[in-house]
Formats: sequence, C-alpha cells, structure tokens
Amino acid sequence: MTEEIEEIRRIIAEHGRLSVEASELTPDADLYHAGMTSHASVNVMLALEDHFDIEFPDRMLKRSVFESMSAIEEALRELRTETPVSGA
Amino acid sequence: MTIDSDRAFLSAIVRVADELAAPNAKDVDRDARFPIEAIEALRAEQALSAFIPTRLGGVGVTLETIAAACFELGRRCGATAMVFAMHQIQVISIARHLDTAPWFEEYLQAISLEQRLIASVTSEVGTGGDMGRSVAAITPADGGSCTFEKQAPTVSYGAYADDLFVTLRRSPDAEPSDQVVALARKEQILLEPNGTWDPLGMRGTCSPGYVVRATVQPEQVLPTPFPRVSSESMVPVSHILWSHLWLGIATDAFDRARAFVRAAAKRSPGELPPVALRLSHLMSDLSLLRAEVYSALGEFIEASEEPGRERLATMALALRFNNLKIAASEQAPRVCQGALGVCGIMGFKNDTPFSVGRHLRDTMSACLMVANERIHQTNASLLLIAKDV
Repeated sequence: MTEEIEEIRRIIAEHGRLSVEASELTPDADLYHAGMTSHASVNVMLALEDHFDIEFPDRMLKRSVFESMSAIEEALRELRTETPVSGA
Repeated sequence: MTIDSDRAFLSAIVRVADELAAPNAKDVDRDARFPIEAIEALRAEQALSAFIPTRLGGVGVTLETIAAACFELGRRCGATAMVFAMHQIQVISIARHLDTAPWFEEYLQAISLEQRLIASVTSEVGTGGDMGRSVAAITPADGGSCTFEKQAPTVSYGAYADDLFVTLRRSPDAEPSDQVVALARKEQILLEPNGTWDPLGMRGTCSPGYVVRATVQPEQVLPTPFPRVSSESMVPVSHILWSHLWLGIATDAFDRARAFVRAAAKRSPGELPPVALRLSHLMSDLSLLRAEVYSALGEFIEASEEPGRERLATMALALRFNNLKIAASEQAPRVCQGALGVCGIMGFKNDTPFSVGRHLRDTMSACLMVANERIHQTNASLLLIAKDV
C-alpha cells in the first residue's frame, strides 16, 4: 500500500460521504458503488487539488478518473509526469 | 444532411407532420388524447426504427436527421414530436450501448420489424427528481428471472407503449446510484395507473403516474451501466431532441406572428404596421434559441465521433448540454409569449389561424422536464471544479 493511496483514502473518508468505512476499501474498489454521489465526488476533487497542489484539467474531470483510489493515484501520477503545455 | 435516404426519410416525416399531426393537433390538445393518427403514420414510415442500423433492419439515419424530424413534428404538434423524440432517445441509448449483447440486437430487430414503441420509466417517487438515483431494484426471482416494482410519478404514453425502458438499482443491496437499465416487454409488465392526466400543456403525451411491476430475464438488462448510458447518450440526446422540438414549436409561433403582421400590412399598404417592429424583436429571440440548439447538436456529434467518446464523459460537456436544456427551455416559451404579444387577442383566442395558446402551454412544460432548478444545482456543483466552460 503506497503512502499516496493512504493520503487519498483520508481525503475520501473526509469528503466522499461513503456509505461504508473508507478504511475497509481496497484501492480498486468502486467509490460510486460505495455510495459516493456526483456532488461528493466534486468535493473529493477539490480536496485532492488542494492537498496535492495540482489542477485536474477538464479532460480528466470525469467519472472514470475518480472511481477508485488507484484510478485517482494514476491520474495524479499522470499529471506529475506531464510536460506542461502552454494554453492547454 | 448529404445522404439520399436521410433526405427521403425527412420528407416522409414532413408529410406526416403536415397531413396527420397538424390537423389533429387541436383535438389532441383539447381532449388530452394520444396522437394515434400521427404515430401510426410514423410507424408506416418505419420512423420508430429510424436510428437503428440497416444491418438490424432499421432505416439507419443520422442523429442530425432525427433532430430535424423532431423540429418538423414540433412545428405541427408538440405532443406528437415529444412522443417521437422520447422513443428515439430510448432507441439511441440502447443502440449506442448494447455492446453486441445478443438479446438487445434481437430487440432492435424486433423494433424494426414490428415498429414497437418504447416509453421510459426513469423518474421515481422518493428520489427528489434525481434520475441518477433509484429506489426500485432488480430482484432475483424463481427460475433465474428477475422482478421489480417501481413507483413512477409520470410515464409518458405508458398506456400506448409496447415496451418500457426502466432505470433500477443493480440489485437489492446496491447503492441508489448503482443503476442499470432494464428493457421490459409489454407481456412482462403490469401497469397500475396512479393519478390522472389533465395538465397545462403537452397534453397528448398522456403521462400519468403508474406503479410498474415486471418480471424480466437477466439478459434484458443493458450491459453498460446506466451512469455511462446517461452521460454519453441519454442526457445529451434528450436535451438535443427536446430542444429541437421546442424550437419547432417556437418557430411555428413565430410563423403565425409573421402571418399576422403580413395580414395587417396588406390591409394598409404602404404603412409599416406597428406590430412589425415587435416581430423584428421576436426574430432575434428566435435566432438565439436556434443558435444554441444547432451548436449543441454539432458539438455532440463531434464528441461522439471521437474514439472512445471520452469527452462526452467530462464535466465540461455535461455542463454544455445541461446549459442547452436550461437555455432552450426558457427561451422557447419566451418566443411563444412574444408571438402572443404580436398577435394580441387573435393569438389569445384558440380558434384563429394566429392562435398560439397551445404553443405557449406546450413549451411551458420544457422547464419541468427534469426541473431546471435541479439542473442548476448539478451545474453549480460542477462549476466548482470544471475549468473551461
């Protein structure tokens, strides 16, 4: 279990409004099936942006990117390795 | 539109609109009765399988052509256009997401062959108008089949439909947002009417509430989960087809206002009738509506043609099509009211060539079909995080 997954898990526990305990979820568990609503997912995204000091571009703002902790971790990794493109 | 078959299809629709929808529109509205003549004529033109690919026996026309058909029918009878549009929305949602499931391929062939009419059961008592949540669930039953019972506050043309497109929770222990679509055929359904139908407008859609009970087979559940069907197809296509028919209604109201002004001008040659100026104002209101409706259709088609349709899943495009719904549903009744302002008492009376009462009442349903305030609530939340809108 990476440290980053645990940070993501803390954010989800705080903002995801799941119907189960976030501590019981596997990294691949579907967060929407665990009760996260679209509105709660927006709060998770805001908290992730704040915590990791990043901005999700519009192309990443979709359900599949936030459907599990490992998908979120993958998105964060992708954002960090990306070469910034001006005007994108 | 470039393909001959699309052109031929659209001329057939225009003929049905002029010859069957228009002459019955007043009666359909007054008696709140189903526009059976126009729907039967649409069946005869294979219009219920318009979007289904030719390999499955359908006509295989494009979404642009279906949208244009909604516009043309809307100009003649709002209720006929709405029934046509809603059926197409269900067909398009299935055709874009059946993922080669054999049951659904055969089902689309059956629509082509038998011109079956699909109604949707997406709203539900107890969800606060949120289509993204369900109470009723697919429940395993004896012999490998499944049952469900859903309390639907409105089912448009439910009594006239052959089949129902129903959103449900995936299983009795699934979360409210873990939804699937089941397609139930008439012989599998028991509809218990719940309430009456005597509304302000769109009276011919015949949309009272029902308790819907059905027993279906597991293969009648669409393989693609509903959230994906909803964001990639059902929601944007609904907003696009609805807004095309609202534009059709508003365009007919404008045409009546123009006819009124022309009649006034003929009575006093050489003078510009005072209401002519109002008509000019009304034209800019109508062109704003038209621009929003056409540009949204173009954006949807562009995003649909991209590999994987990835962009349709983004918040930016959800906002785009939600905005189409809000803008068009507010602008269409505004145009109709403007037409009433031009025609005056002749527009207010229900029995003149310039009557626009039905147009105004029909377009007033637009802001309620998925309540605009509910959409604003979603947009407000998405706007917290979306970047370029």
